[in-house]
Amino acid sequence: MARGETAGDPLNAFITLAEIPPRGPGRLSGITVAVKDNISTRGVETTCGSRILSGYVPPYDAHVVDLIRNEGALIPGKTNMDEFGMGSSTENSGFGPARNPRDPERVTGGSSGGSAAAVASGMARMALGSDTGGSIRCPAAFCGIVGLKPTYGRVSRYGLVAYANSLEQIGPMAANVSDCSLLMEVISRYDPRDSTMKDRPYLPRLNGDIKGMRIGIPAEFFGKGVDPAVTDRVRKAIGVLEGLGAVSVECAMPSMEYALAAYYVTCTSEASSNLARFDGVRYGPSPDIRKPWHEAFQEMRMQHFGPEVRRRILIGTFALSAGYYGKYYGKAQVARQHVREDYARLFREVDLLAGPTMPTVAWKIGAKSDPLSMYLADILTVPANLAGVPAVSVPCGSVEELPVGLQLTGRPFEDEQVMNAAFAYEQAVKA
Amino acid sequence: MVSEEEVLHIATLADIGIGTGELPPFTRDFNAILDYFAVLDRVPAGEGWKSGIANVLREDEVTPSLPREEVLALSEAEDGYIRAPRVM
Repeated sequence: MARGETAGDPLNAFITLAEIPPRGPGRLSGITVAVKDNISTRGVETTCGSRILSGYVPPYDAHVVDLIRNEGALIPGKTNMDEFGMGSSTENSGFGPARNPRDPERVTGGSSGGSAAAVASGMARMALGSDTGGSIRCPAAFCGIVGLKPTYGRVSRYGLVAYANSLEQIGPMAANVSDCSLLMEVISRYDPRDSTMKDRPYLPRLNGDIKGMRIGIPAEFFGKGVDPAVTDRVRKAIGVLEGLGAVSVECAMPSMEYALAAYYVTCTSEASSNLARFDGVRYGPSPDIRKPWHEAFQEMRMQHFGPEVRRRILIGTFALSAGYYGKYYGKAQVARQHVREDYARLFREVDLLAGPTMPTVAWKIGAKSDPLSMYLADILTVPANLAGVPAVSVPCGSVEELPVGLQLTGRPFEDEQVMNAAFAYEQAVKA
Repeated sequence: MVSEEEVLHIATLADIGIGTGELPPFTRDFNAILDYFAVLDRVPAGEGWKSGIANVLREDEVTPSLPREEVLALSEAEDGYIRAPRVM
C-alpha cells in the first residue's frame, strides 16, 4: 500500500493503492474500477480524505463495492478526494491535492478528483465517485471524462460515508459513455439497506437516436460568471445535437438566482449533524479519555478535521440554531422547492436541459484562496442535486487545451435518456 | 455581522474547537458566506421542500451483524467495552 505522490501515482490520484480482487466473473471481468475513498471497502482503509479517519478499516463493503466485485471488477485502490467531499478541486484533501493529468499544475476538480484523474490518466478504466453538489460532474469536466450523477434513489448509498444525505448519490465515471453506462447498469441494483432507494434498475439504451428530442437551453447557464470561451464551446456542442435532429428551445430557470445559497445552507446543515459521529470513540484517532467529554472531543476534532470541514460544521450549526433556522434553513427549503418546480415545469416542455458543467476550465492549484469563490464554482451543478434529477457531464472539446464539459440533465429516472443523448454527441464528434 | 464571540460560541456548541489565531479569518469568511446567503431573503414565499420519505420498519428479529472482534479492534476497547472520555 502506498500513499501520496509515490512512484506509481505521480498525480496523487489515490490515497491507498491496493489490489482488491474480484469475486466472480461477470460484466466487469478484466476491468479496473477505482473507488472513491468515502465508499467503504472491507479490510481496506477508507479515509474520506480526512486525517480523522486515518487508519479506519471498515468491517463491511458498501453495496456498490459488493456489486462491482461480484461482476468481476478489480479495484486498484481508493481515490483521493476533498475531505468528506467538501470541495470542488480536491485541494481540501488531508493527503495533498490530486493533479490534473492534462496539466499537473492545475486542479482535477472535486470532490471526486482522484477518481477522475485515475480514469483520465489510464490508471483505472472506470471509477466510482459520489456527487453531492457536482462532485462527479465537476472533475469529469475538468479532466475530460464522462461522469453521471444518477437520479436520487437509483444507486444504494449503503456504505457511503454520509455528508449530506438528501443530496448525494454514488455514480459512475469513465473515459467514454459506453463504459460509464455499463458501470451504472451494474451499480443500480436494488438494495433494501438504503431506505431512499427505489427498485428502478438502469437499463442502458445507447442507440444514439435523438431525432425530435427537445433540448432546453436555460439562459441562466450561459450568464454572468460563466467564461464566454466555455459557453462558446458548449453552444457548438448543442449545435451538434441539433445536427442530429434535436430541437433546441431557449428557456429560463429563475430559481438559479438562489439555488447555490439553498444548496450551501442545506449541505452544511446536514453535515453538521452527520459529522458529529466522528468523535474518535468507536474508530479513528482516540480522544484523551482522561479529559472531560467536550474538551477531549473538541481537541481531537480541531486537530484532525481540516479547516473547510470545520467551517461547514460551523455554518450548518449556525443555520440550524434557534433564531436563525427560519432565516436560513427554512428559506433554503422553500428555495429548494422552487428549484424542483422549475425543473418540473421545464420538463413538461422539453426532454433534456443542456448547458456547461462548470463555469470555467480547471484552475491552477492554489488559485482560489477564499472559500466563497470556491463555492461559486458549483453554481451550475448544484440545481440537479437539489431536485434529485440525473445529470451527466460529457467532454465537448477544450479551451486553451483544457477540457470543457457539456452537462445534460433529464427527468427523474430518465438517466437512460440523458446517457443516450451524451452517447449521440460523443459518437457524432468522434466520427 | 457575526462577531468573533458568536463564532467562538457556535464552535463550542458544535464541538469543533477553534484556535485564537484562527478566529479572525474564520469570522471574516463566515460573514462573507452569510452575506452571500442574504439572497435567500428574495426567495418568493411558498412551501418548503419535503423529502416525502417515510420510515422503513422491519420486524424486530435478530439478523447477522458486523463481526464483533473487527469492530472492537477499531477502538480503544477493554474487556469488550469501548473506552470513552468521562461525561460527568
